[in-house]
Order: sequence, then structure tokens, then C-alpha cells
Amino acid sequence: MEVLLRNMKVNQKGKVTKINCEGEVCRRIRDIGISVGAEIFVTGRAPLYDPVALKVNDTVVTLRNSEADNIYVEVKG
Amino acid sequence: MSALKAVLAGNPNSGKTTLFNLIAGTHYKVANYPGVTVEKKEAKVHYEGNEIILTDLPGTYSLTAYSLEEVVARDFITTTNPDIIVDVVDASNLERNLYLAVQLMELDKPLVLALNMIDMAEKRNIRVNAELLSEKLGVPVVKTIARDGVGKKDLLEGILKFKAEGRKFRISYGSDLDPALEEMEEIITENAFLTESYPARWTALKYLENDAEVMKKGEAFTDVHSRLSAIVERVEKHLKRTLDTYPETIIADYRYGYLKSVLKDVVKKENETERLYLSDKADRLLTNRVLGPVIMIAVLYGLYEFTFWASETPVGWLESFFGWLGGVADAALPEGLLKSLVISGIIDGVGGVLGFAPLILFMFFIIAILEDTGYMTRIAYMLDRVFRAFGLQGSSVVPYIVAGGIAGGCAIPGVMAARTIKGTKERLLTILTAPFMACGAKLPVYALLIAAFWPGSKGGLMLGITLASWLLALIMAKLLGMTIVKGDNSVFIMELPPYRIPTLKGLLFHAWEKTWMYVRKAGTFILAVSVILWALMTFPGMGEERAAYYEDLIAQVESTVTDEDAQAEAIAEIENLAAAEELRGSYAGMIGTSMEPVSKLAGFDWRTNIAVIAGIAAKEVVVSTLGTAYSLGEVDVEEFAPLSERLANDPDWSKATALALIVFTMMYAPCFVTMVVIVKETGSRKWGAFTLFGYTIIAFIAAAITYNIASLM
Repeated sequence: MEVLLRNMKVNQKGKVTKINCEGEVCRRIRDIGISVGAEIFVTGRAPLYDPVALKVNDTVVTLRNSEADNIYVEVKG
Repeated sequence: MSALKAVLAGNPNSGKTTLFNLIAGTHYKVANYPGVTVEKKEAKVHYEGNEIILTDLPGTYSLTAYSLEEVVARDFITTTNPDIIVDVVDASNLERNLYLAVQLMELDKPLVLALNMIDMAEKRNIRVNAELLSEKLGVPVVKTIARDGVGKKDLLEGILKFKAEGRKFRISYGSDLDPALEEMEEIITENAFLTESYPARWTALKYLENDAEVMKKGEAFTDVHSRLSAIVERVEKHLKRTLDTYPETIIADYRYGYLKSVLKDVVKKENETERLYLSDKADRLLTNRVLGPVIMIAVLYGLYEFTFWASETPVGWLESFFGWLGGVADAALPEGLLKSLVISGIIDGVGGVLGFAPLILFMFFIIAILEDTGYMTRIAYMLDRVFRAFGLQGSSVVPYIVAGGIAGGCAIPGVMAARTIKGTKERLLTILTAPFMACGAKLPVYALLIAAFWPGSKGGLMLGITLASWLLALIMAKLLGMTIVKGDNSVFIMELPPYRIPTLKGLLFHAWEKTWMYVRKAGTFILAVSVILWALMTFPGMGEERAAYYEDLIAQVESTVTDEDAQAEAIAEIENLAAAEELRGSYAGMIGTSMEPVSKLAGFDWRTNIAVIAGIAAKEVVVSTLGTAYSLGEVDVEEFAPLSERLANDPDWSKATALALIVFTMMYAPCFVTMVVIVKETGSRKWGAFTLFGYTIIAFIAAAITYNIASLM
């Protein structure tokens, strides 16, 4: 099932299928190591649910929900 | 042999700075890159008879034109033509770290990889085959553990032995981009378009990536620029139609694809994505949605209390030292202008600034702890949602707190602490609004007015003023962000690096570096400012006739009053009257008096006017200057009871006046040293001038409104 990163729950795991946008936000997303095919694991959410923290390539990164909206993830079930 | 030029590149958190310090030791120069406020560290390293000039580039993930650091890094590489680039990569996260390496290699510069933190990777069951990596990428790879001092010799030898082979590095970008790239390369090479700075293929890639910097440079060559742009447009349209994507997406995907294929046999991982390390487990608690904020408040408050507790004694020492120095000058110099200049102008002014140095040292020590442990990024993460509403970032909280968000801080380290904020716009907004906080020097002013007009409700009012300062800072940030501070809010995306135990050496080093900068900058400026203020408040001096009049009075007292105590008291009173008259007659007094017609709108008379002008040197001076103007002599900032009584009984003063002065003090120009630091940190005099004039005007309007409304009640 393909979902937006914004809608993933803490402790959910998935594989990035698409990062589709142009400009700075998507550039930064890729620069930090979130690439198509990368395995990600949501490790936490800030007190007000936003930003989200996730693990990719053994590194924890965080981004805002508005930024996560560009990332599509294939999750199981 | 001439010196070898080497640069150190790498991702943030890759241990680049630690490696730089390992190689350079403590002998290095810190400057800014030309025209920008990005810090540049440079060291001369001697190794086996060779000299290497090592420059630390800003930590970046990429070489796009989106951030200042990246533009600085790639401009430095392309303009200074280093003999070698050392790219520091984190062995635990090679894929992302090598993403930068690929871009560096595309610049066709000789590269050596420093495979750093291999111990950490091995602990995580990540095994890296360095020889194979070297073979596949075609660059030397040196294993290092910078924190433990491992690999320094190997790396230096790697730098010296490396022979540039003039090899061209290129990866395929697929059937959609490769033909276009070749076509563009040909045009670029034929016309020698920007080739003195960049390799042809790199320029072509940057055109496809819509790189604003490179395209701006290219615009000068109208013909080539338009031909390249036409190809880019064609490719963009094609990609949009066939794959619904953008060239830069394809470029990034191919770079990562290339790295995935390179790393397939190089990296052996025996762990799972969802495996939680100690640091991740700590985060479960420290950034927990309920407990996280509670712990954060406790940590920030605790560190803050520690700073004041620890710096109290050395601040006291410095105060006594300058007091003693003043005493020595008092005894050694003859009465007159020189003595007044040395004591009131130089020693008081410079002492005021240096007296703060221990506080600043401890503040930066604390900030270094927050940064080096990695907790700072967690603060930013937890608070981002709140601060974003005002156009700031989560990291803005630390500068705010340091500046006086918990009453008693200091705006100077607060403004300097804003360096940790990534976004340019958010950083500027934080710098401009942190000085609104209730800093330690504003507190005596507030305390004086509260004691005079609302005795008994000190605690509640102080808390109210502190909260009002926060509200003011946040609202001003929002307003400035919507009006005069230009630019888009930046992207938040950042790494939450693993928690680390900082080294004492590193902490002391950071703290010392910042404090020294403060002392050097502030010391020189404040000397000039305090001398100017002294002159304004001293000249043209009292006429001979009036001076003689006061001398006569003193002589009369001396001959008529026999009781020693009563005599001393009477003389002091006369001297205070003389001082007040002298102040009124000084240039500052004239300015204050001439402003009265306007300042009366906020209920301020000439005395208050002089006091707030003098307060620009340092806010607590407002209290002592008011004391002089009210013929009470120099009022000590901690013992202002006579002055508060005087104000409470003065018919010119009312609660409305006091409230207006509180509002004005909260909002008007920051002290001079803060302005100097603002200019330095923003790299622009404009913002310093804005806080001086803009804030004072806004503060006056607010004070006048407050005064008039409060007078009606």
C-alpha cells in the first residue's frame, strides 16, 4: 500500500517509492539521504505531531509534515 | 617546495571539525569567507618537511546553490583550485556521505576520502571494505577515527603522496539525460563557456538542475546561455510528458543508483532498519511527546541557573578589580577632566563590558554542551511547530533564553547563539528580536520603577514583564518576517545526530573562542562609545560663576557646620546638586531638554531622556544617570531606594509615566555592544541601524500610547 510519509505512524516501516517535486525542499530531502528505494522507519513525532523523525541509512533525520508531503512510501498491510 | 593547498569537505556531523582539530591542533586562524558570515578555518600544517595549508570548508550535504554554505564551499573549490580535497565521510552512512563525494568528483578535482568513525560503524555491525571502495571509486581511502586521534599520519601521507591523474569522473544519467548532456557539453567546450571555473559536464548538469548561481553567471554570454536553456527546456518538457518528473529528480536518482551499485559489495550490514541503538532509546524518552518537553524545560532551566551560579564569583572578582582600578586612578590622578575621563569614561565603560565576560564564557560553555551532545537538535525538533507559527524555527528558543527569556540573561551571547539556526531568514529574525528579552541590565530599571510605583508586587510584575517580552519578541518576529525581512522561510529538514558525550577540551575551546571574539569586538567599540558618552555628559561644563557658587556653598558649610557627619552629608548634597546642574547643562542635557516637547507625549522629561540615551551604552546606566539627574549622586544599581522614593513622590511621575518607561525600555534600541554584535552576525550595518533608530521610534510610539491610555485610567 502506498501512503504519504505524513500519514505514517510511529514505528511503521516502509520503502520510499517516489519523491516528486522540484526545488529546494526535494533537493534537501535527497541530500539528507532519503532516496527512492531507501528503507525508512518512523522513530517519533514531536509533541505537536509535527515534525516527524525517521531513520534512514542508520541515521535519524527529521522533517516537517509539509515537507513529508512530497514523499510516497510503500508500507506493508 | 611550495605549500600544498588542501581543503576539508564533508557532511555536517561527519566528524569533519574533529578531524580538522586533530590535524591542525590549536594553531589555526578563524576568519569569514569573503563577504559572508560563514566561518572559515585555516591552518598551516608541517609534516616531514612539507607545508600543507588546510582549509576547513563549511559542512554541507550537497553542492547546490540553495544554501550559503554550499555556494561558499563550491566557490572556494572552483576559484582557489586546491591541490587536493579531503572528503570526510561517516562510515555508518556511506550512501548519503558519498552523495557529496560524487558531486565533488564531478568537479574534476583530486579527492581523498577519509573514512571516519569506522569504530562506530563496526559497533553497529556495518563493515566497510575500504580497499574495494577505493578501487571502485578510483580514489584513495584512508580510515580514521578522529575522536580518538586515529589516522592522522595516514591521512597526511595520503595527502602528500596523492598524484592527480587528471582523470575525468563521469556517471551515466540515463537515456533521457545523457544525450542532452553530451550535446550541451559540446556547446560548452566549443565556446569555452565558464570553463575557466567549471568542467563542461558539471556546468551542463547545473543547467539541468536549474542552478540559480551558475545560470546567473552564464547569462552574461547570451548566445550560449540561450542555446543551453533551450536544450534544458526541451528535456524538461519531454520528461514532464513521458515520466511526469523533473531533470533534477532523475539526476539525484541516478547518483543514488550509482552509489547503491558501488556500495553493494563494499558495505556489509548485519542490522535492520528498525534496530534501535542506545541513542535511539534515549530519544524515546528525551523526545517523548509528554515527557520530552518537561525534561527540556528542566534541562534549560537547570543549565541557566548553573550559568549564573558559576559565573557569579568571577563576575564579582572582575567588578572588584575594576572598582580597585578606579580607586587607584582616583588616588593617583589630580582632580579634573583627565581623572573624570579615565574613571567614568574608560574604566567604567570597559569594566562594564569585561565584567560580563565570565557570564558569556559560561553561557557558551552551556551552548557548546547542548550542541556537542546533540541535544540542541532535539530542542529544535520539539519546539519547531510552536516557533514556526511566528516565522522562526525550534532552535530560536536557545538564543531567546540566553538573551533573557528567563529574566537576567544577556542579549550579546543571545545574538551570537543564533548561529546555530540553519535558515537564513529565521536566523535574522531571531537575531533582531532576541534583544527584546528581559536581560540582566534591564532588570534594575524595571525593579526601580516597580519599587517606586507598585511596591509589594515585585514578583508578579517581573514575571509579567518577562512574559510580555516573550510575546513582544514573537510578535515582532512575525511582523518583521511579513514586512521588511525578505526571503522564503527555509526548509527545516535536518539530522538528529546520535547523542555523544562531548570532550572537555572541545567544550572549553568553543567557549573560549566565542568569549575572546566578544571581548575583542566589544572591548574596542565600547571604549569609543563610553568616551563619547562621557564627553556628551561632561562638556561644555559648568560656567565658572556657577562653579564658584557651589564652591562658596561648600566653604560656608565647612566653616559653619561643626559636626563631622552632618558636614559631610551637607557637602555631598551640594555636590549632587552641582552634578545635576552640570548634567543638565551638558550636551546630553541640551539634547534631553530639546527633546522634551516630543518626549512629553510619553511623559518623559529631560532627565529620563538623558537616562535612556546613556542607557544605550548599557541598560543599567539608565538607573545611575537618573540618580545623577535627580541630584542623588551616582545611584548604585542594587541600592536604588532613595531614587525610587524620589520618583514616587515626584509630581512629574505617575504610574502612567513608569509604565511608559517600562514599555520603552523593553522595546527601544539594544545596548551598543549588542548592536555591534548584530552588525557582525548579520554582516550588515543596516540591521544595526534599524535596531537603533527603528526600534527607538517604535518604542516611543508604544510608550506614548501606553502613557496616554494609562493616564486616562
